[in-house]
Amino acid sequence: MSAAVHAESRVKAKEAARAGWQYELYDLLRRNNFTQFAYVPDAGHTVLINESLADAEVESIALTTEEEGVAMMAGAELGGARGVLLMQSSGAGNCVNLLSLIAGGRFPFLTLLSMRGDFGEGNPWQMPMGRAVEPVLEAMSVRCLRVDRPEDVVPVVSAAITMAFQGGEAVAVLLTQKLIGAKAF
Amino acid sequence: MIMKANVGNPEFDERYVLDRREAVPALVGGHKEFLFIAGLAGTARDVTSLVNDGPSAYGLGGAMGAATMMGLGLALARPDRTVIAFCGDGELLMNVGSLATIGVRNPPNLRIVCVDNGHYGETGYQRSHTSLGVDLEKIAVGSGIRRTLTIGTAAELPKGSKLLRESEDAVFILMRVKPTDPPKFKRTLDPAVCRVRFKAALADAARAGG
Repeated sequence: MSAAVHAESRVKAKEAARAGWQYELYDLLRRNNFTQFAYVPDAGHTVLINESLADAEVESIALTTEEEGVAMMAGAELGGARGVLLMQSSGAGNCVNLLSLIAGGRFPFLTLLSMRGDFGEGNPWQMPMGRAVEPVLEAMSVRCLRVDRPEDVVPVVSAAITMAFQGGEAVAVLLTQKLIGAKAF
Repeated sequence: MIMKANVGNPEFDERYVLDRREAVPALVGGHKEFLFIAGLAGTARDVTSLVNDGPSAYGLGGAMGAATMMGLGLALARPDRTVIAFCGDGELLMNVGSLATIGVRNPPNLRIVCVDNGHYGETGYQRSHTSLGVDLEKIAVGSGIRRTLTIGTAAELPKGSKLLRESEDAVFILMRVKPTDPPKFKRTLDPAVCRVRFKAALADAARAGG
């Protein structure tokens, strides 16, 4: 095998290992009876989005803006279903006023954010919202849990599920760029 | 009471003739078969007065723009029930992209009713886009919602009533009403209390086998 082929297979193996936690995360959500997946299309959530689209037993709903998902999650909860909102960190800014509904109604709420404007970011446009995600969400009573390492994804999201759906909290899990990698610019 | 901004605007007045205090109950008819979400301000009062502040309606007092998508989440969670999301024109304009999201999914048990008075009633009856040329039914059609209807007169209400009950696709109804006040009704304003009682009523119904 040539050096180039070796290098290519090493890259593929590395990518598979990196994506592995995403499949485990989908299984975790399904084991915990999540049946509504709402998202604005995002590279960081590709596996969760594709898995939900391929799963006949769940609703996989593409949104035009993230705030739609906040309201949808509240409606799901009223009807006794569990939902999760998937978004990029910039979407947190789009959600702010509708999080009044989650806070005021004390709705259990889980959102997973893939971070931009974070560790290693090269796009200056992403920086302001990257810095604002945590203070903005915390100001709207959403507790933020950061994940930097693949082996922490499942334990942290498990904890978030418990905090949200037993503890009655609104929880955001931030999948950082240390975990998902920074997009090259 | 027609507000000052509309005086000398006969074209406007002709298109907006129904009184919401009569038109909303007439459109819905027997309300017990439905679950309701209502947008803030006007429609929350229309709907909570209709069900006498009962647990089958979740009315918003803020979070403007949330009603349609709460309706979607609820309709997907409860395919066995018909969900009506009421919203005003201002409420819907704030989150008009939700019609596209709903059109794509086409949930058969969701109905959106926009009570369109062409104004922002809650903030002093400033004119909204709908009385200035924007047609939300056309936006709903363009968003892929298959069953749509505009109601402007009392004679058209029975058709709307039937559509709420009989469609196998998602429905959008635009009901034009005069820019006059909704019922003066004191509803429970605590959003957590409303959530708990809504869920408890659904759980009771499930226990009763309904």
